Amino acid sequence: MELIKPGTTIDFVGKRFSAMAFSGVLILASLATLAWRGGPNYGVDFSGGTVMHVRFAAPPAIGDVRGALASVEFGDVTIQDFGSPGEFLVRLPLSGVETGAASKPVADALAAKFGAGQVEVLRVESVGPRVGKDLRQKAILAVVASTIMMGIYLWLRFQLRFGIGAAVALIHDVTITVGALALLNYEFDLTIVAALLTVVGFSVNDTVIVSDRIRENMRKSRRESLASIVNSSINETLSRTILTTGTAVLVILALFFLGGSVIHGFAYALLVGFLVGTYSSIFVASPVVLAFETGARGRSSKR
Amino acid sequence: MRMGLVAALMVLAAVLLVPTYFGGKPEGWPDFLPGPIRLGLDLQGGTHLVYTVDVDKAISNHLERAAEDLKNEAKSEQIGLSSVTTQGGMVTAQLSDPAKRDALEKVISERFPNLSLVTEGDSSAVRTKMTPASIREIRDGALDQSLEIIRNRVDQFGVAEPIVQRQGAQDILVQLPGIQDPERAKALIGKTAALEFKLVAKDGDSANPGLITVAGRELDRATGRVTRTEYKLEPRTLMGGDIISNARPRPATQLDAPYVEVDLNARGAKIFEDVTGANVGRRLAIMLDGVVQSAPVIQERIGGGRARITGSFDFKEARDLALVLRTGALPAPVHAAEERTVGPSLGKDSIRQGIISFVVGGALVVVFMIVYYKVAGVLADFALVLNVLFLLAVLAALGATLTLPGIAGMVLTLGMAVDANVLINERMREEMRLGKTARAVIEAGYERALPAILDSNVTTFLSGIILFQFGSGPVKGFAVTLCIGLVTTVFTAVVATRVVYDYLLSQRRLQNVSV
Repeated sequence: MELIKPGTTIDFVGKRFSAMAFSGVLILASLATLAWRGGPNYGVDFSGGTVMHVRFAAPPAIGDVRGALASVEFGDVTIQDFGSPGEFLVRLPLSGVETGAASKPVADALAAKFGAGQVEVLRVESVGPRVGKDLRQKAILAVVASTIMMGIYLWLRFQLRFGIGAAVALIHDVTITVGALALLNYEFDLTIVAALLTVVGFSVNDTVIVSDRIRENMRKSRRESLASIVNSSINETLSRTILTTGTAVLVILALFFLGGSVIHGFAYALLVGFLVGTYSSIFVASPVVLAFETGARGRSSKR
Repeated sequence: MRMGLVAALMVLAAVLLVPTYFGGKPEGWPDFLPGPIRLGLDLQGGTHLVYTVDVDKAISNHLERAAEDLKNEAKSEQIGLSSVTTQGGMVTAQLSDPAKRDALEKVISERFPNLSLVTEGDSSAVRTKMTPASIREIRDGALDQSLEIIRNRVDQFGVAEPIVQRQGAQDILVQLPGIQDPERAKALIGKTAALEFKLVAKDGDSANPGLITVAGRELDRATGRVTRTEYKLEPRTLMGGDIISNARPRPATQLDAPYVEVDLNARGAKIFEDVTGANVGRRLAIMLDGVVQSAPVIQERIGGGRARITGSFDFKEARDLALVLRTGALPAPVHAAEERTVGPSLGKDSIRQGIISFVVGGALVVVFMIVYYKVAGVLADFALVLNVLFLLAVLAALGATLTLPGIAGMVLTLGMAVDANVLINERMREEMRLGKTARAVIEAGYERALPAILDSNVTTFLSGIILFQFGSGPVKGFAVTLCIGLVTTVFTAVVATRVVYDYLLSQRRLQNVSV
């Protein structure tokens, strides 16, 4: 079976300006969504506070849950539906009391209202302000450091322009993925950072394979213009790209639908990130490599 | 030879996974082999706690003690001091007679190596502060000692395979797998357990300004109600928790409520005998963490090095109090900075859902590869299965912890492991179109695909290493699985499948590559 017939030549390079416009729109939409949501919806890992994941034997109305907690004085309590029926996330802000101390009164209040044994606290996560700040800094550092490291690797392994192309593609992918998370108001926590770094790794993976082919073809045919080499390289690796992304997406869909609510945000981030990452290695990274060439030629022709 | 290597590794991996399959080391299993794959707290349930040691409090405690010692030393040297105060990290001694200044400074420099003199104008006061070296020592000491004490408490609490370790400059990480009662664990671990004995003021004395007021806790046994009272106490601490050598809980009898019986060490026994002997008829307040637990009347001189701490406890509280007294007091208070508890039922759900998505995702990929690549697809699937086997075996061998994101990492490895074989297969198709022989197609396919495979895996490996470096807990678990998975992927996809092709070629069975 073959998805892409040999000898297929789609003019990817020729479409790069439409692609640029499309990417621009996506990035602007992501930034706008972020602005509209007032920044990423930080989970307790980054903002500090307490989150409780509770399950009710008989699914209650969210208003009843809210009512039960009205008497617990911990400031701004938010209650959120969490995937399966009867499961809720209760989020408590940072308070003066010791980390984690807030969870017991909440559990007690719920048990008092709905009856003992009717409410099960599945998970409690509580992060103090110092740890939250620490984790946030580390997360940002991790994403930035990995982007830079991969850029450097590609620079050393190939050429500087490939490194820059990959870095631009990565920033593109991460921005759009974060925007997509904000759009559906997924919580931004450590697991999501892990997902983002995976997206970074996968996207570079794609970019490397195309770059590899470009380099190989450049050695083979020195006469051809870079644009046509880039184009044929993308075409030659296209069936691999589609296949690999396709199988990865199959697996992620399995994670998304069957992995349980805890892993939902993670799988969603991977899904968006992998699709965008595949697109960007074709329509963003390679055109950037090309832009360097035309830029260089433009300068030399002026001289 | 390569075939032998692959076969040997397969056997080794299968052996390493035996304990995981049986859920424990089987009877007669050699000790040097690793046990089953460890499950993270998110999969088996449990509590993850990070405590911050309040080192500033430890330092100010030391300062208080230094002030007390200074007062005593000055008295024995007959240097009159009108007051000794601690404030702003400094001990200030106010001299009654400014002429004695040199004598006091001499005492400080000779007998207080921890203190350094602060030169300042006021001639009637001597100011000193802690030296930076001793502050560092106190910080490190407080952290190490807290670690040791928390470890002892956790051990006595009886949790299987707890983790207690230092984290960063002032934190202590505690992981309690599978714990049922996190509230009690927290109460025990975080209790400072500073025990103090002070005399209650005499009846006529209660207006004396030198007395301190301390809250107390009293239980009415008949009604079970706890009431709060206040005590006027003499400020001096007669004895501390360091006089205790052992402590055990005693159940309630008809006469007594549950109480804690303590054995005193030799020094403690002597002090206790002296104090009780000198104060018969007075009340002795027993304070724990600044709260008076009880204030019994001293009936007689108590010798023999055994005492009892009575108070408003039930038996469970008496047991926990005995536990913290046995393990000693924390040198400084600790505060919970991070706390994550996963109930056991969520852990079970997570494992079940993780395995289901793993199996379903894997099955989809396996079927798709066979449909798309025929025989080469079967080979790729063989590599996939081998990959999972190796990945699990390495996890077990390293004693690494499998977490929920770790399972996600495995699912992801599965998706990406396909990539290496796809690259090889696509190359082989290209070579076949050029009309090469089967041997040439295979050789060129592997050789041409290798650089791309290595490059792509190295870059992902880099991101894995960064994740491991910066991540904490579950994210680290993800990074570990990802990195191991990448190594096993390259091996199984490039070496293991090639072995099969080589075998087929050597048997001259392969006329055409089926890809």
